[in-house]
Amino acid sequence: VTIRRRIVTVIGGFALFAIAVMLWAPTVGSTPISLTRAFDRSIPWLDNVDAQIFFVARLPRVLAGGLVGATLAAAGVVLQAMLRNPLATPFTLGVSAGASLGAMLAVSMRLELGILGITSIPLASFGGSLVATALVYALAASQRRGLSTNVLLLAGVTLNSFFSALILFVQYIADFAEALRAIRWMMGGLDVASYFPILAALPFIVVAFATFAYLTRTLNLLSVGTEAAAARGVEVVAVHRLAFLSASLATGAAVSLGGPIGFIGIIVPHLVRLLVGSDHRIVLPASALFGAAFLVLCDLAARTIMSPLELPVGIITAVIGGPFFLWLLVKRS
Amino acid sequence: MKSAWLALPIFVLVLFVSFGAFVSGDVAAQGVPRRIISLVPNVTEILFAIGAGPQVVAVSTYDVEPPEVRSLPTVGALIDPDTERIIALRPDLVVTYGSQAELQTQLTAVSIPFFDYRHGGLDHILVTMRALGARTGHVEQAEKVARALQASIDAVKARVAGKPRPRTLLVFGREPGSLRNIYASAGRGFLHDMLEVAGGDDILNDIQRESAQISTEMILARRPDVIIELNAANRLNDADLKAVLDPWSTLASVPAVRNKRVIVLMGPGLTVPGPRVAAGIEKMAQALHP
Repeated sequence: VTIRRRIVTVIGGFALFAIAVMLWAPTVGSTPISLTRAFDRSIPWLDNVDAQIFFVARLPRVLAGGLVGATLAAAGVVLQAMLRNPLATPFTLGVSAGASLGAMLAVSMRLELGILGITSIPLASFGGSLVATALVYALAASQRRGLSTNVLLLAGVTLNSFFSALILFVQYIADFAEALRAIRWMMGGLDVASYFPILAALPFIVVAFATFAYLTRTLNLLSVGTEAAAARGVEVVAVHRLAFLSASLATGAAVSLGGPIGFIGIIVPHLVRLLVGSDHRIVLPASALFGAAFLVLCDLAARTIMSPLELPVGIITAVIGGPFFLWLLVKRS
Repeated sequence: MKSAWLALPIFVLVLFVSFGAFVSGDVAAQGVPRRIISLVPNVTEILFAIGAGPQVVAVSTYDVEPPEVRSLPTVGALIDPDTERIIALRPDLVVTYGSQAELQTQLTAVSIPFFDYRHGGLDHILVTMRALGARTGHVEQAEKVARALQASIDAVKARVAGKPRPRTLLVFGREPGSLRNIYASAGRGFLHDMLEVAGGDDILNDIQRESAQISTEMILARRPDVIIELNAANRLNDADLKAVLDPWSTLASVPAVRNKRVIVLMGPGLTVPGPRVAAGIEKMAQALHP
């Protein structure tokens, strides 16, 4: 009973914080707007600039930021537990490099196909993430004894550098304007200006989160040690497979929505563990909630501090995340 | 013994200084160039316009205009100039971009003079025309071309003078099919100058940069009367044009969108700061003041 109460209080606290941030963020921006006007139904939509700024420019951004932040943070928790490696991130296993390569190809080949309001770049980047996931999985599963986390890690890291080389090559042969656009995409951006891309990413992320929820108890056992977990009835290979595939799917969807925004998947889980301990039943949902709030706040900074110019949100998360990561390294050694 | 050791570095130093003097002296002695290599496409266009075309022996990999350059050898471009080929072609003038410091050092070392160019505003195109005319022995024709360009600029200015100046956003790039990563001309540079000459008020006047990435919020807040979007395609069929324009309908309260004044200007020449800017300004003026 006490642990259940603790779970409810802690997650409730994080949820309140996330909700507060998500409610506050769309009310501030580079332009002052009047909320009463924005919600005044008697003013025609076409004339209501405040409503359009709120509902077209800001709300989709905040929702996209929340979704991407929550996904990357939760995927980070799952992969760190599964690989039993505190330095793992959602991008360690090659997913983001595959997604980036897909996006680069779409940019440089000037692909202009679209399905239901989803444009070529997100589509291609999601496709790239699936290809990368399949490659890494095939490599790791080719071992006779199920899915080897060592091979998974090595294959992911190798694939990351291999894809990076291909990305550089594609950028190099692209025209100036395309190369610039490609580089800009890599910095991450949440100004999606429409709800379609969010809705398109949502089903994959929901499926992944359902799998995460199913895995939490097992992740606790797994983080003690694979053999100990196996002794207590955990089907290690099946859990590894589920964890890897769901985390990759979620990361691919998040990257196709907001670009490869770095450091969320590592700072947020570690901060949350410092605050609430290591029980995944708490760490996982708390990280998702805190990740959402954190990325929304970073994006708020991105769209206001240099106004009227805006900063790519990936720069903000990296500027905060880099030093934090180093601090973590020094503290651990 | 000691003094002998001291003499060595002094000797080396003297050698370097005299070599340097020899090199710079050689660069200073410039005649009319007969073999020009241009690494900057818009400068190539200027060279051909002022009559220096026959002297051009090689161009950059990005050069396509005027058509004569397509049969010339290429020697790399801004970030990857092929120094060996440049030297092997024995040029007596190389047009470099201002950021190509390494290439410039190498050219200096082999005593090949270079013309240093950087993009600037509209005025800078005229300055470059005249400077290249003086440098390549085509002063008169350069003057004629520069005057003609000035005259067409003045003509547009006179035509739009006194007319209301629509507040305009000049977009030159965004993610296809969406309003993400919109890049627009800001308060400096030749695109900005072209827009102002054509009788528009740039809504990003306050941003002292050549270009800026602009959010949908900023467009909604600044409410441009006209949005001009540059498209490198030579022509678009109706379906493609509709696909290009469709995403803008999201920003329904923006006057340009509401009054159907989002205008796609087509043609690759619009973003080239050379002789073709006159045509670009004319197109912009027609879009702004139909």
